[in-house]
Amino acid sequence: MKDIIENYSADFKQLQNINKNDWFAKERQSAFDIFQKTGFPTTRNENWKYTDVKPIARNIFSNISESNVRTDNGEIDSVFFKGLDCINLVFINGAYSEEYSDIKNIAGKVVVKNMASALVNDKEILKKHLAKSTDKTLSSFTALNTAFIQDGAYINIPSNINIEKPINITYISKDNTGKFATHPRNLILMGENSKATIIENYVGNDETNYFTNSVTETVLLQGSSLKHYKIQQESANAFHIASLNTSQSKDSRFESHSISIGGALVRNNINASLNAEGAEIIMNGFYMTDNTQHVDNHTRVDHLKPHTQSHQNYRGVLNGKSRGVFNGKVVVHPQAQKIEAYQNNANLLLSDDSEIDTKPELEIYADDVKCTHGATVGQLDDDMLFYLRSRAVDEQTARSLLTYAFADEIIKNINFQAIENKLENLIISRLPDSSLIREYV
Amino acid sequence: MLNIKDLYTAVENKKILEGLSLNVKAGEVHAIMGPNGSGKSTLANILAGKDGYQVTKGSVLYEDKNLLELSPEERARKGVFLAFQYPVEIPGVNNIYLLKAALNAIRKHKGEPELDAMEFMSLVKEKMKLVQMNEDLLTRSVNEGFSGGEKKRNEVFQMAILEPKLAILDETDSGLDIDALRIVAEGVNSLRNKERAFILVTHYQRLLNYIKPDYVHVLGKGKIIKSGGPELALELEEKGYDWIN
Repeated sequence: MKDIIENYSADFKQLQNINKNDWFAKERQSAFDIFQKTGFPTTRNENWKYTDVKPIARNIFSNISESNVRTDNGEIDSVFFKGLDCINLVFINGAYSEEYSDIKNIAGKVVVKNMASALVNDKEILKKHLAKSTDKTLSSFTALNTAFIQDGAYINIPSNINIEKPINITYISKDNTGKFATHPRNLILMGENSKATIIENYVGNDETNYFTNSVTETVLLQGSSLKHYKIQQESANAFHIASLNTSQSKDSRFESHSISIGGALVRNNINASLNAEGAEIIMNGFYMTDNTQHVDNHTRVDHLKPHTQSHQNYRGVLNGKSRGVFNGKVVVHPQAQKIEAYQNNANLLLSDDSEIDTKPELEIYADDVKCTHGATVGQLDDDMLFYLRSRAVDEQTARSLLTYAFADEIIKNINFQAIENKLENLIISRLPDSSLIREYV
Repeated sequence: MLNIKDLYTAVENKKILEGLSLNVKAGEVHAIMGPNGSGKSTLANILAGKDGYQVTKGSVLYEDKNLLELSPEERARKGVFLAFQYPVEIPGVNNIYLLKAALNAIRKHKGEPELDAMEFMSLVKEKMKLVQMNEDLLTRSVNEGFSGGEKKRNEVFQMAILEPKLAILDETDSGLDIDALRIVAEGVNSLRNKERAFILVTHYQRLLNYIKPDYVHVLGKGKIIKSGGPELALELEEKGYDWIN
């Protein structure tokens, strides 16, 4: 364990040497100190009770991104969303790829660029916002990310701008000479009454063992609206820890869709802060696991002011010896009257050896609120299976079809055709008899 | 076509059918009547292949082959159709796609060419009139948000498309108002022909005012205790099931 921390320490020193006169060096240092002090969380920590990060903690990763890893058009085509006209930011093994990004033709004062250049050119605004809406004490992974910020996306949508083209951020991880960790850091600032759609798409080619440790901070000013899609399709051997942090002002609306399909060990954190009246967050999630995958979705919503709303709907399909975790916490603070909070987690266990730990939690300190929560764990419905079979559908196809239908209840809420198509294809392709079920949906 | 001989079945060791025999020939319509709990729905489910029933004795031959060893999907492909008493809602599975795939699976089994989308849609248009199906129900998920009457119509609509050899209607009349009952019955009547057999499972005589059976059987305590022609149903209506016991 000691040499592991020493390795991070050595990498960190190297990074600080590169960025000696960086205005952010101090922030990095204090973040790294926190990481060094706390180390990786253990299952004794209530927030990590069901997710053991030892596989991450006992590996030595190289933390300095190399910018010489290449991709090709074929790979890019396969990871982009077919038919989607969008602004593209592409990162390969953590480093910005100018070649495959397309940030020309961006209207007016809208800013879409990579974090490395923003750290140099947008200092003043970054000083105000970078690492301000995360709680460093919450997770040492976030501290580690802050210490190792090298690249990511910086997006700033000015007031009253509705940017119609989605912004698609692709993080590709590829075979490299050794095990590597990337620490993508994204900052999204939404001006008053602005609107945007942002996709974070994490992909990795199979076999590769790497560690993605990403952090996204979003600030939504009054009346702004952000649709955020996170699609995690990392390599089957990858570790993926991500945290999405939101800070919302009056009448702002955040829509989060989080889809986890890949990865060996995955943890998605969402920390939502509803800071003013009328703020609303919608959180939809879907996870699909097989073999020995472990996927943990951990959400926390703080209702700090009256008339705020949160709606969470997570679904999972678990097969093989895989394990899922859903831990959703809603905290209603004392002054937050007349809020609405809804939380649901439904799971389908396809095998005897799969496991789900689901724990929706409500902490309510106000007395005039509307809160509901629920969780279900089940198998495929026998009556539905029999109905389909009585209509000449083979048993295996019927099982796949019902599994797909269960997933699609979440996918169809995405309301974004290009993403829905891609996800539906991904989900179908992971089911037995995939070519047959395409006929039914 | 169907030959049930001395059939005994149980669910979790609870005896349900106890020595039921029934012979159904092509072109015939048989009504199975009986009080609640007499085993009517069990018979329908066993014929369609639902899990969970143990057959402890007896045999069921369909076209001279052992029906009981076939999976539900094999039975469907060979022309057995069950119109469910309570058609289940299946969110996410498209009604019309399911039907198209079902029809093509059956056609394939018969060695007939599969229908393409155009051919299938013209067949759908034709059969929809039969049960006065509302067109927007077609593209919805299977039975999702359908009223009770719409679900039953959808069952008969499916039957009209799939053109089974042996159609089993499990209390298709229950929960229907008089207009819907007439529509459903007319749909069934239009499908009657020399090759097709029907088993109508029903509690009430009402359905038989619209679909005239060739035979009426009364089920009691797990077996047929009385058989006769259509007049038997009227007699039952008048005197009640106690009359037979």
